[in-house]
Amino acid sequence: MLSFVAQRVVKGVIVLLAIVVLNFFLIRLAPGDPAVVMAGEAGASDQVFVKQLREKFGLDKPLPEQLFIYVKGIATLDLGFSFRQQAPVAKLIAERLPATLLLTLTAFAISLMLGVLFGTFAARFAGTFLDTAITVFALIFYAMPIFWVALMGILLFSVTFDWLPSFGYETVGANLTGLSHAVDVAKHLIMPAMTLGLFFMATYTRMTRASMLEVKRLDFVKTARAKGLSDAVIQRRHVLRNALLPVVTLAGVHSGTLIGGAVITETVFAWPGIGRLMYDALLQRDYNLLLGVFVICSAMVLIFNLITDLVYRLVDPRIEFAS
Amino acid sequence: MPKRVLLGLLLACGLAAPALAQEPKTGGVINAVIQPEPPGLMLAQVQNGPTQMVSGNIFEGLLRYSPKLEPLPELAESWSVSEDAKTYTFKLKKGVTWHDGKPFTAADVLFSMEMLKQTHARARTNLAQVDKIETPDDYTVVFTLKQPFGPFLGIFEVGSMPIVPKHLYEGTDWKTNPYNNAPVGTGPFMFKEWQKGSFIRLVKNPNYHEKGKPYLDEIYWQIIPDAAARSVAYETGKVDVLPGGSVENFDVPRLSKLKDTCVTGAGWEFFSPLAWLWLNNRQGPLADKRVRQAVMYAIDRDFAKDVIWNGLGKVATGPSASTIKYYTDDVKKYPYDPAKAKALLKEAGYKGEKIRLLPLAYGETWQRWGEAVKQNLMDVGMNIETIATDVAGGNQKIGDWDYDIAFTYLYQYGDPALGVGRNYISSNIAKGQVFNNVEGYSNPEIDKLFADGAVATPDSKRKELYEKAQKILVEDVPVAWMLELQFPTIMRCKVKNLITTGIGVNDGFKDAWLDK
Repeated sequence: MLSFVAQRVVKGVIVLLAIVVLNFFLIRLAPGDPAVVMAGEAGASDQVFVKQLREKFGLDKPLPEQLFIYVKGIATLDLGFSFRQQAPVAKLIAERLPATLLLTLTAFAISLMLGVLFGTFAARFAGTFLDTAITVFALIFYAMPIFWVALMGILLFSVTFDWLPSFGYETVGANLTGLSHAVDVAKHLIMPAMTLGLFFMATYTRMTRASMLEVKRLDFVKTARAKGLSDAVIQRRHVLRNALLPVVTLAGVHSGTLIGGAVITETVFAWPGIGRLMYDALLQRDYNLLLGVFVICSAMVLIFNLITDLVYRLVDPRIEFAS
Repeated sequence: MPKRVLLGLLLACGLAAPALAQEPKTGGVINAVIQPEPPGLMLAQVQNGPTQMVSGNIFEGLLRYSPKLEPLPELAESWSVSEDAKTYTFKLKKGVTWHDGKPFTAADVLFSMEMLKQTHARARTNLAQVDKIETPDDYTVVFTLKQPFGPFLGIFEVGSMPIVPKHLYEGTDWKTNPYNNAPVGTGPFMFKEWQKGSFIRLVKNPNYHEKGKPYLDEIYWQIIPDAAARSVAYETGKVDVLPGGSVENFDVPRLSKLKDTCVTGAGWEFFSPLAWLWLNNRQGPLADKRVRQAVMYAIDRDFAKDVIWNGLGKVATGPSASTIKYYTDDVKKYPYDPAKAKALLKEAGYKGEKIRLLPLAYGETWQRWGEAVKQNLMDVGMNIETIATDVAGGNQKIGDWDYDIAFTYLYQYGDPALGVGRNYISSNIAKGQVFNNVEGYSNPEIDKLFADGAVATPDSKRKELYEKAQKILVEDVPVAWMLELQFPTIMRCKVKNLITTGIGVNDGFKDAWLDK
């Protein structure tokens, strides 16, 4: 197993390097220049100012040299400096990480638990009203755009009923501590987490249902039934466990993207996470910050892919690691 | 309907409030929206709109300006101008301290000018007129100009010329100085906390140099990136102030009707944002003056004002907004006249060549405006292709002169020498930069009028020169002027005296108080 992990890590580093180089050029291919953006915001139109900014960003150097400097930095775990925000990129990302993880992990947990649960029910009672209801709702949540769900949620739960706050991470200025702070954050978390979670939940529900129905038809389930095992045991141990593999694959892919946050959800709910940081960096052509977020996200996808492969083995002992 | 409601509210709140003249009450917290999140708060180094809105509370300038743009004291308590209009002497206020307790003196002013010359593009241009700056004593600053410069007294508000603490910046690397992230000024509020992506918190400066001020205990600037979510935040009572431009224009009438809500269009007199279409004078059909004039006749600007901007603002008559100095409406008029536009196009020999239109990616209102203008121009037979891009991409295209028609709006800073001439004089044609003379208009007579206007004395002479310049420009149509924009500030009626000067919300909240 160790050699399997080592092999994957080496491959991962190569992939990461390729991603850095590709993104480095892709970002610069987009029209727009950070110096001009900043000069524009300052209402400045003179050449000296723009030239000064270019020198400050190192944008006056040839592209290969800029790339070399960047990759050298990455090798020493230095993600560079955001000149626009006048702070190291790593610090900016670290500031936003807790909020993003709280949101995405909550959404992930909700969606995975509820998705598998509903999917199991739908499969167990396939063809009944319950199955139809679950399938239809899953389809609706899957099809609705996230920004629309978010705005409708705000309209209903904040504006009409005034049950939940419409924006932010906590009540600003309330200076709450301990349990009351946790409750306050939880209240702010419900809507964004549900908005994000509903979409993924729908995906897991459909996947679990389909996969379970497929497994149910297999011979070993018949054997289990013939042996006289109870329905609950058959569903849980024999059907669900075998049906989970594709769900794990999907969850693995999703979990890798968690760190990138959820740009739309974070924007609509003013959630101070990485998704928004990335979005702002993109609009302002803050190259270093944007690349920094990309590098971290790519690394997370690679790490979670590795974890998914390891989880496979736990779920299905038949799978062996190729050395 | 919305127009009338707004007008009523403006009258009820904006104008009636000062007349009631209640005694200010101290205490309380204001929650205001800031959009987008500022990249930094060190005003001498970062000059975008949101930075000034927050930092206008932390830093101060030597002067402020009334809604009529007359200078008012701030860090300078008095000033005088020599007979030859070349020497300006400022007497500084005594007893002013920085937020860290150190005294403020003329040395800080001198140091600030040195820093601004390197870090503040607009200040550098303005200070280029200055021959030398002297500080005969701790509370006197003397600026000697190379030649008389008419708008000189108009360049000292906090955003154009913020005064920074010498003792914290001298001998350090300004760009990485730790005080950039925790700025220290002389202003009515002190920086306390910035949770990136969430809020910026300012607290009352207990040692502020104007006795009894500020009245508020704290200001929270809430960062809410989505326009609809900002409207909801106000509707649900989570924020008290929506500064101009923070919600989409079509939400203004709805929000204005909410209970205990007051709206004012005041506080933009100094900036006087003017929207126009850049017309690329260099190439294609728009190189012909008659085609440019046709564009002016083809566009229904009243429709844009009444429908797209909900009745806010004013149709522009030319290169100067009506709120800045030496404005005249005694110029050629361009009413909405599609027939005349068609005739001009025919006369110019326009044969349906493709014309690229670049809308401004500043949100829904601007998007709609782009569509309306496209429709207007197509109605008179112009072949318009809209180019979709974001702000950064659009700026690059405009700076590279790779466009035919492009939306923009710019501040005018109260005087044609500061905010008008820059877009029409030929020495400002420089590829790669936006907001200069990107249309490529070149007219030696205009160059001379603006050059003379900046240095002419007395005032009546300046007036004459600038009025002449306006007439020539309106005849030539180097760009197509659209609207004098108005960004109404929406707030709870309990918030009093929020806007008292021509700089508006950007001038800090030192006069504001809460009628609890």
